[in-house]
Amino acid sequence: MVDYVSALSIDFNLIWPEIALLIGASVILLGSISKSFRPVIPAVALISCIVAMLLASQQWGHQGSGFADMVTCDNFGVMFKQIFLIASIVTLFLGFRYLKVKGLNRPEYYALILFSTAGMMVMANTADLVVMFLGLEIMSLPLYVLAGFNRRSLESSEAGIKYFLMGAFATAFLLMGIAFIYGAAETTNLRRIVTNFSYIAYDYNSTAIYFYSGIALTLIGFGFKIAAVPFHSWVPDVYQGAPTPVTAFFSVAPKAAGFAVMLRIFVFGLSGVELLTTAFWVLAVLTMSVGNILALRQDNVKRMLAYSSISHAGYILVAMTVGGADAVSSAIFYLVAYTMFNLGAFAVVTVMETRSGCRSEFSELTGLSKVHPYLAAILALFMFALSGFPPTAGFLGKFYIFSAAVHKGFIWLAVIGVMNSFVSVYYYLRVIKTAYFDEVKGKVTPVVLSPTVIIALIITALGTLGLGFFPQQLLEFSQAAIFGMP
Amino acid sequence: MNLDTVIFIVSAVVAVFGATMMIAQRNPVASVLYLILSLVAQAVCYVQLSALFLGAILVVVYAGAIMVLFLFVIMLLNLRGSEDLGQPPKALSRFTKYTIGILMTLELVFIIKGAPLKAMATGLIGKAPDGFGSVEQVARLMFTDYLYPFELTGVLLLIAVVGAVVVAKSRKPGDPEETQTEETAGTNTNEAGS
Repeated sequence: MVDYVSALSIDFNLIWPEIALLIGASVILLGSISKSFRPVIPAVALISCIVAMLLASQQWGHQGSGFADMVTCDNFGVMFKQIFLIASIVTLFLGFRYLKVKGLNRPEYYALILFSTAGMMVMANTADLVVMFLGLEIMSLPLYVLAGFNRRSLESSEAGIKYFLMGAFATAFLLMGIAFIYGAAETTNLRRIVTNFSYIAYDYNSTAIYFYSGIALTLIGFGFKIAAVPFHSWVPDVYQGAPTPVTAFFSVAPKAAGFAVMLRIFVFGLSGVELLTTAFWVLAVLTMSVGNILALRQDNVKRMLAYSSISHAGYILVAMTVGGADAVSSAIFYLVAYTMFNLGAFAVVTVMETRSGCRSEFSELTGLSKVHPYLAAILALFMFALSGFPPTAGFLGKFYIFSAAVHKGFIWLAVIGVMNSFVSVYYYLRVIKTAYFDEVKGKVTPVVLSPTVIIALIITALGTLGLGFFPQQLLEFSQAAIFGMP
Repeated sequence: MNLDTVIFIVSAVVAVFGATMMIAQRNPVASVLYLILSLVAQAVCYVQLSALFLGAILVVVYAGAIMVLFLFVIMLLNLRGSEDLGQPPKALSRFTKYTIGILMTLELVFIIKGAPLKAMATGLIGKAPDGFGSVEQVARLMFTDYLYPFELTGVLLLIAVVGAVVVAKSRKPGDPEETQTEETAGTNTNEAGS
């Protein structure tokens, strides 16, 4: 039996970060039996995230694969792991007081966040479609539950059910696509799919049809996960209904995970397929435009941010359409920047929602600048970043993406993107206008800023500004992340 | 036409018939029964593909355990007849539905009419090696090449259990962490109003 064991190529160095998160989640689930353990649960979650972060940093610069070529380890994966972990750490900070105020402080929240993050990390490091699919499910199942975490609220339950049904629907597409790809390429291993693809593509018989159907179906499946436009219908209701820290989490992390896999499969693996470029072009234009236009009409901040997150996925799709090292590294830069300022915007919404009876309507922001000048200033910062004003990270991210597009000759795409950015300024500035200049009706209820939320706000604000002033470091990291990718 | 082909055609037709009837029925209990029929027919196809173990698992786990569980749940919830399925769909949605359905069917036909069936008829698809699909072979694959996915599936099942408990657990009224605070009471009335 020895020969089997050595053929397994078990290499735990590839998956230590995932293991750290799973151990953390298990400790939380088991420990929550004892009442005295409950207060330290957030700390346990935080520590396992930080440990995972350190372990993931250790993988930087190492290349390798293992577990019968199911897992790969490269800088690209490490980069994305850090994005997921930053998002989950900020989410943990955000949830702390919000959950207590809303009467939702249950240990499962922390465990589910950790599980979900572990699933994303599995996705980022996948070398095989089977593993990718399992990672996607490990990511999604906790999110379905978290969306419906507030069972007393009708909207939250609706969000959970809606997200679950639409997610299951998307999964069916994805699975069908994987089956087709497997049928055409005779393997689920990404590397071998790419090598087999070179002869499938020029083989104009039925095999190519299977393969392209598979690609199209997987694209639909991922389209749901990153909320690209024809597949976005679930986004506003789910984002609005879910508890706000959870919304913050799934407006960034699953999107980044979806993009990680899409970049790995479509941009690195199947580069130069013209059909894919066209498909991405259409998706990018639709996603940017529809997201922005629908966001104009929203009166609820959470819904507005939901549509805005759709349009931001569109900007990243622009980078995917363009392809090539410049565009992909700018996409990674944009994902990190977007993680920072979008989490920040949701952090402010979370703070506002801890007031009684608050439903995050625009009108509830009036008078914010008088009662909480700092909070209003920080909200303004995030809105400027979302709309892409210098010197924030949002400006540089968009600048890199659009200049890469122009360099590669996608002029129209860049023009549509820039026009969309201008449209988006309207609704982002409307938030600032409401917070600063609108007349206050009645008394403004002050909000309580707990230390944990302040930490989350500081992390995101520093990230937004820091990346705006000193982008070089991150840019070098994201270039190193894709260095050596096929 | 040998016996294998006859068995395959019969079981394939039964499987597709069962699946179609399952979505065409308005009575959930009948739907589940048709799904079981379809699964059993699929198991026959698996056995024909030399996947004995998978066929057995399909009958025992899916048709046997999971579907019977579905049946129990449906019966316990007392869902009956058409009244639970809402009004008939609007004209536009019916149009989209049929268009997409026809397109998908055409696509399927287009894809299926290609190589595999022809290959099967002419015997181009080779015979499976000895012992293929046996418990031993499946286990060996599962614990060697597919060890990592296998472990991940374990994690996935754990999450499903935790998630189900979170969604379904009944709350004790006196639990300090579960008591409804003033704030949530406020939001709830608002939600009821909207």
